[in-house]
Amino acid sequence: MIDMGMEQPETDKTETVNANDTASPLLHESELHSRKERILEVHSLSKMFGGVTALDDITFSVEKGIICGLIGPNGAGKTTLFNMITGIYAPDSGYILFKGKSIRKIPVHALVKAGIARTFQHVELFGSMTLLENVLVGMHVRTRSGFWGAVTRLPWVLREERKARERAEELINFTGLSDYTHRSAGDLPIGRQKMAEIARALASEPSLLLLDEPAAGLNAVETEALGLLIEKVKKKGITMMLVEHDMSLAMGISDKVIVLDRGRKLAEGTPREIQNNQDVMDAYLGEA
Amino acid sequence: MKDTENVTGYSGNIVIISNRRDIAANAIFVTAVLMCGIAVQNTYYLQIMTFIGINTLLALGLNMLMGYAGQVSLGHAAFYGIGAYTTAVLSGTFGVSPWAALVCAVAGAVLVAFVVGLPTLRLSGYYLGMGTLGFGMIVNIIFREWSSVTGGSSGFVGIPMLEAGSLSFMDGKNYFFLVWGVVFGAILLCRRILSSRMGRALRSIHDGEKASMAVGVNTHFLKLQIFMFSAALGAVAGFLYAHFVMFISPESFGFMVSVKMVTMVVIGGMASVWGALLGASLLTLLPEMLHGFAEYEMIVFGLILMLVMIFMPQGLTRGLLDIYGHWKKRP
Repeated sequence: MIDMGMEQPETDKTETVNANDTASPLLHESELHSRKERILEVHSLSKMFGGVTALDDITFSVEKGIICGLIGPNGAGKTTLFNMITGIYAPDSGYILFKGKSIRKIPVHALVKAGIARTFQHVELFGSMTLLENVLVGMHVRTRSGFWGAVTRLPWVLREERKARERAEELINFTGLSDYTHRSAGDLPIGRQKMAEIARALASEPSLLLLDEPAAGLNAVETEALGLLIEKVKKKGITMMLVEHDMSLAMGISDKVIVLDRGRKLAEGTPREIQNNQDVMDAYLGEA
Repeated sequence: MKDTENVTGYSGNIVIISNRRDIAANAIFVTAVLMCGIAVQNTYYLQIMTFIGINTLLALGLNMLMGYAGQVSLGHAAFYGIGAYTTAVLSGTFGVSPWAALVCAVAGAVLVAFVVGLPTLRLSGYYLGMGTLGFGMIVNIIFREWSSVTGGSSGFVGIPMLEAGSLSFMDGKNYFFLVWGVVFGAILLCRRILSSRMGRALRSIHDGEKASMAVGVNTHFLKLQIFMFSAALGAVAGFLYAHFVMFISPESFGFMVSVKMVTMVVIGGMASVWGALLGASLLTLLPEMLHGFAEYEMIVFGLILMLVMIFMPQGLTRGLLDIYGHWKKRP
């Protein structure tokens, strides 16, 4: 086991150099025109943790305005993929283009500003702050007052603050949480917390929203409400990627589904195509 | 999880119900300070209260860093010392006006905080504690060993008294009002920061740094900024201390002082501006009151701290509020 682990990363590293040097700058210039509508492009992405391959040569793209479902058994690499798109992990090889530009070496907060927002598998709200404040923090990249603004409270700072609050309340209404505006986020029922995370993510005015298991821990009624909310977000023109174990939700609202299994892309297609795919059935039922 | 549950009951108060409650609290604060200043004639008591004010400044700054941004610093006495020594050397040795020296002291502390914070704030948890601990020790060794400038371990003598026009701060009462005026200003400043965009982002780091980053907060820069701010408050405290006692030595800015500052913040209650005041008062008064215990002083001191931590892990401010809430609920 250990020997395997030692060998693999080395071969991987040589690949990294090739992929980055040759492919990225030349390729995406020419590809840009033909792929105008693609908001996200992932190219032969690989990532290893120690000796374990978390992602292996993943390539796919997400068209603007769609909901792209990402499914697969536990440990398939879905969350790792999210962490790479949001800039938390850097790829060992391959690259990611967001709106045609490589996200390499761009820090997480700058990617949020560029338009990538996310929610977490396990709720990561700011528990001691109210829902309103959570959403206001979500607006951080769209507001600009800093230390001196806070100290001097110049008119523009107060104006910005007032506008931000109005906008935050709008978003809270939009997600149907207005009863909880001034409640501590940690006090919200779990179903509401999931919605609150979406509200906070929307506050950064993203063009790509990544939802990591938004329906986990929700009951049937809450899941349905979540589905409706996701549809509403889609109508705003926001592209979404969705990791989900609830198949009826994932298949019901996705325009396109990508199946991952043990770090590799198993299949890609419309929900109908995926449901009839033999490989996918094997992965889920056959060899578990 | 348990922590958030405990905190939630009062969290809204800090920012949302800002106006009326704040004004009331400020009014009480100002009245109390004025009454103390006017009524108390005993120079010893005035002196103790002045020290409380200086310590409150220290605790306020550290509380912004620890209580709100969630970063532990075990070397904060260094900034206190930098403030004190800068003004001592500039005004004492070179005859610069103390007020100009104050500007230099604050600028110096902020600059040092920037240089030190840049790499150390990338650390987290215990490592950050160790990093700042080392920094504090290095600064203290410089105070001790650079004797041609600082006077070495025997201390620095000959710090001039503060004056503003015809107003002399030689008088203990004037100094008392000066210190508490600065404290009041610092409290207002902290509250302004906390209720702003920056303050929200800070508190979000405390609740969850990962999530904070993921929603677009540049956590590293923000931590650095607040580190610099707390260094500035520490330097102001150091300035006030130096011109008050007019003699400083390295012991006043050593490791134990850093620990005492952390204790003030923890005992008073993290993430609470008034907690800083309470913690600073308690830790200044306790040693004075425990003089009667002579050599057992440290034992009693430690015991009190332990009891507070066991029964009021959220600090005195929250603990007392909880007790009050409990008592109110009873029929």
